[in-house]
Amino acid sequence: MSTFWSIWISVIVLGTVFGCAWLLWATRKNQTTDVETDRTMGHSFDGIEEYDNPLPKWWFYLFMATCVFALGYLALYPGLGNYKGLLGWTSTNQWEAEVAAAEEKYGEIYAQYGDTPVPQLATNEDALKIGQRLFANNCAVCHGSAARGQVGFPNLTDDDWLYGGTPDAILETLHNGRMGNMPAKGTMPSMTNEQVDQVVNYVLSFSGRAEDPEAAEAGAQVFQQACVACHGPDGKGNQAMGAPNLTDNTWLYGSTYDWIKETVMNGRQNQMPAQAGRLTEDQIQILAAYVYSLSN
Amino acid sequence: MKHEIIEKNIGLMIVLIVLAISGGFLVEVVPLFFLKQTNEPVEGLEPLSALELEGRDIYIREGCHVCHTQQIRPFRAETERYGHYSVAGEFVYDRPFLWGSKRTGPDLARVGGRYSDAWQRQHLYNPRSVVPESNMPAFPWLFENRVDHESIDDRMQTLQTLGVPYTDEQIAAASADIQGKFEIEALVAYLQQLGTVISDKR
Repeated sequence: MSTFWSIWISVIVLGTVFGCAWLLWATRKNQTTDVETDRTMGHSFDGIEEYDNPLPKWWFYLFMATCVFALGYLALYPGLGNYKGLLGWTSTNQWEAEVAAAEEKYGEIYAQYGDTPVPQLATNEDALKIGQRLFANNCAVCHGSAARGQVGFPNLTDDDWLYGGTPDAILETLHNGRMGNMPAKGTMPSMTNEQVDQVVNYVLSFSGRAEDPEAAEAGAQVFQQACVACHGPDGKGNQAMGAPNLTDNTWLYGSTYDWIKETVMNGRQNQMPAQAGRLTEDQIQILAAYVYSLSN
Repeated sequence: MKHEIIEKNIGLMIVLIVLAISGGFLVEVVPLFFLKQTNEPVEGLEPLSALELEGRDIYIREGCHVCHTQQIRPFRAETERYGHYSVAGEFVYDRPFLWGSKRTGPDLARVGGRYSDAWQRQHLYNPRSVVPESNMPAFPWLFENRVDHESIDDRMQTLQTLGVPYTDEQIAAASADIQGKFEIEALVAYLQQLGTVISDKR
C-alpha cells in the first residue's frame, strides 16, 4: 500500500474514533443539568416537544468504552494502513498456524503408514479405517460410497481393472489420474451404419449374445479394422491403454445392443482426476491400500 | 456548534450526514480501487473464452451463485476440503463477482478439474444419480438448449470496455466459436476452469 493510502486510512479511522468521542463530550458539556427534569428544548412541532435531558450515564460510558476498545484494537491489530499491529497478526499467518497445528496432530498418524507397502497396509485395520474415510470424502462422489461404481465410473470391488489392479497401478492412477479416450468408430472413421450394426453384434457375440449371428460374422472384419489396435485381436483389452476387456461380463457403459452402439457411434471420453497435490503422499498410500483391500 | 444550526439548515445536515456515513466506504472500499494486490491478475490468469463466458452467464441465469460460493476462506477446514484459499488477483476479470454468500452447496472456487466432464454432465442432469443425498435441482434443459451465440460478441465487447483484455480478433471469432453448442457444454467448460490458475493445494 502506498504511503498516501496508508495515511488516508489512518487519518479517517482515527478521525472517526476521536470525532465520535469529541461529539459526545461536546454535547455533554452544553448540558446545563445533570439530572432529569421537565425542562424542554423550547420548540414544539404539532404539539410534540423535546425534553432537554442529559444522555443516560450507562449509555455515555458504554460509548466511551467502545472508543477506548477501538483504540486498543487498532494498536494490536493491523487497521491503520501499513501499520502491522503489535501482535503481528495476519489472516495468512493465522491460517498457517492452524495448518501447522493440524499437521503436528494428524501428520504422524498418516506418516506411520506412508512407508508400508500397499499389500501389507491393506491388512492393517486402523489404516483401512482411515482409508475408508478418505475414500468417502474424495472418491465416493464418482465410485459410490460402497465403491461399486456406476455407469461410466468403474466398480472397484470386483477383480476387473481398466488400468491394472496391482499396487503400483493403483498408486499411479491415484497420483496422476487417467484419461480414457475411445474415438468414435475406433480407428475406422469411415464405418458405415451397417458396419456399426455388424461390429456391435460381433462384440455381443463375445459373451454369446449376438442378436444377428450373420451380422456378427461380418462384424469380425470390421472389428479387425476398427478395434484391434486397443482392444486386441480377441477383444480382451489392454490395460496399458485402459482399453476394457470386451469378452467378460463387466461393462463400464451398459452392455445392451443400444448402449454398445452408442459407444461405437460416438466414442467415450472419461477421466479419473489426479489426486497428487490434493492429497499428501501418505494419504494416497493409505487410500491405495483401501482400494486394494476391496478386491484382495 | 449548536444543534439548532444543523437541525434548521437542511443542506448542512445532508453534508454532515453523508460525511458521517461515508467513513467506512472511504477507508474499506476506495483504497482497493488503487491497490496492486486487488488490481493485478495473478500470473497466468486469462479472460474467459467465449464458451466459458457463455457458461458463466448460464451459471448466473440458473442461479448457481445463490447456493454456491466461489471463495475459499483462509481456514484450514476450507483449504483442506477445497484447496488453496482464494486471492484477490484471481478475480480481477470477474464482472460481476460471483463470490456468493450462501453455502447450501459446496464452494466452487476450485472445482475445475476436480471431477471429469462426464461426471459434471451426469451430475447436472440428475444430481441424485451420483450423490444420493444431494438436494441440488436437476438441469435437464441444458442438454436440449443451444447457447445464445448471437449476443456473445456484444457481451465480450462490454467486458472489454470494462477493462477485460479481450482482443478484437477474439470477439470477432466468438460467435462462430460457440454456435450450435449445447448449454451444458458451455456450463461444464466454465466449471472446469474455475480456480485452475492456482492449482497447488496450499
